[in-house]
Amino acid sequence: MAQWIDACSVDDVDEEDVIRFDHGDRTFIIVRDHEDNYYCTDGMCTHEDVHLADGLVVEATIECPKHSSIFDCTTGEVETPPACENLCTYPTKVEGDRVFVEI
Amino acid sequence: MTFRDYNLTGPANARAIASGLVTESWYRTPIDRKVMKALMKRSDHPATRDTIILVVLMIAFAVGAIVVMPSWWALPLWLAYGVLYGSAMDSRWHECGHGTAFKTRWKNTVVYHIACFCMIRDPYCWKYSHVRHHSDTIIVGRDPEVAIMRPVVVVKMILNLFGVLDTIDGVKRMVIHATGRMLDDEQDYVDPVFFPKTYRTARVWMMIYIVTGAAAITLQSWVPLLLIGLPRLYGCWHMVLVGWLQHGGLADNVLDHRLNCRTVYMNPISRFIYWNMNYHVEHHMFPLVPYYRLPELHEVCKFDFPAPNRSILDGYREMLPALWAQRKDPDFHLRRGLPTTAHPYHNGPLAEPQLS
Repeated sequence: MAQWIDACSVDDVDEEDVIRFDHGDRTFIIVRDHEDNYYCTDGMCTHEDVHLADGLVVEATIECPKHSSIFDCTTGEVETPPACENLCTYPTKVEGDRVFVEI
Repeated sequence: MTFRDYNLTGPANARAIASGLVTESWYRTPIDRKVMKALMKRSDHPATRDTIILVVLMIAFAVGAIVVMPSWWALPLWLAYGVLYGSAMDSRWHECGHGTAFKTRWKNTVVYHIACFCMIRDPYCWKYSHVRHHSDTIIVGRDPEVAIMRPVVVVKMILNLFGVLDTIDGVKRMVIHATGRMLDDEQDYVDPVFFPKTYRTARVWMMIYIVTGAAAITLQSWVPLLLIGLPRLYGCWHMVLVGWLQHGGLADNVLDHRLNCRTVYMNPISRFIYWNMNYHVEHHMFPLVPYYRLPELHEVCKFDFPAPNRSILDGYREMLPALWAQRKDPDFHLRRGLPTTAHPYHNGPLAEPQLS
């Protein structure tokens, strides 16, 4: 049963940046785009087990730090290989100065 | 381990996996996130400037060579054209394959495909080949891009200085792809979704080479072949000379790029041709940093890295004796000292006890 989890403060993530968010035994990323929208996706690249939190955010995309696969954070879709499998995305909402994710 | 089986479809592949060498736990120098974010930032400007310079120079050298033929003055002009075709295109293939050269994606794609053609490297196979090279750098049985295999065979190195073996391999793969087949090793690292694109690319390239050959015969002239195809042979020496320095004489089967990569200070011309890949430890550890920010990354990281070689010549002074020793002793490798500020080496699961 999915529930809303308090993930971080809005200021924990810089503009066009990403942080790692661990919950239970799972790893996610919280991404803030250039227009202050927040997204949550799986934290590991679908190509190899690399933490996307070390990657590069451009607008609402995240680029894997190892092999440069690019994912659209709004949908999780792969934009460039080598990854071929999409990321799972999770709903987010901002309440006050906190970012919540539904996982 | 003395015997080395570099075949990706052989038992060494499974051995590498079983021994824990196929892993994401490579050592990375800790760098503040804000600093790394700034270093990863893309710009179109440097690569656009460099690409314009490259194209203008190639046209100028080629036109100049054709105009002065059959004078011997054509020779240095063809050699200069050849280096830009057979060596500079290698670094363009590399950097645009990483997607880091340009900020604008289509520019990376266009330059990547042109460079792939010049180097006779299928864009999709070599994308995945290089991905594997970064995942499993110099892991025997896993890395498809080991330039100097052990034991070192000097004749093979000399042949490759003129691109002979690589070109034969590239042409062989192109012909096989054009017939709608992939090689066994490619099936180990290329996603099958790209196989049809590989076949289509090979067929287009073969048509270009056939037309070039036909033009040479029709015109009774070497010029078409000197422009397209042959520079892969007569111009690749710079790529090979600087490329050997990347990993030559260093450790294999380790999980720390400081142990298996070499950073070498180079002259500005070589750095233009090579697009700063002389900062090779830095590149392998942080492949998202574009070539034009590698000198900055080098400054940030050098507290944690072995001292760089001061020049190409200095690099060869260090590397050649090691390669010579590896003719007879494939286990021999260099192990360079770290500065006192550095974190210790992460040797990986096959490490032998070390004194330092």
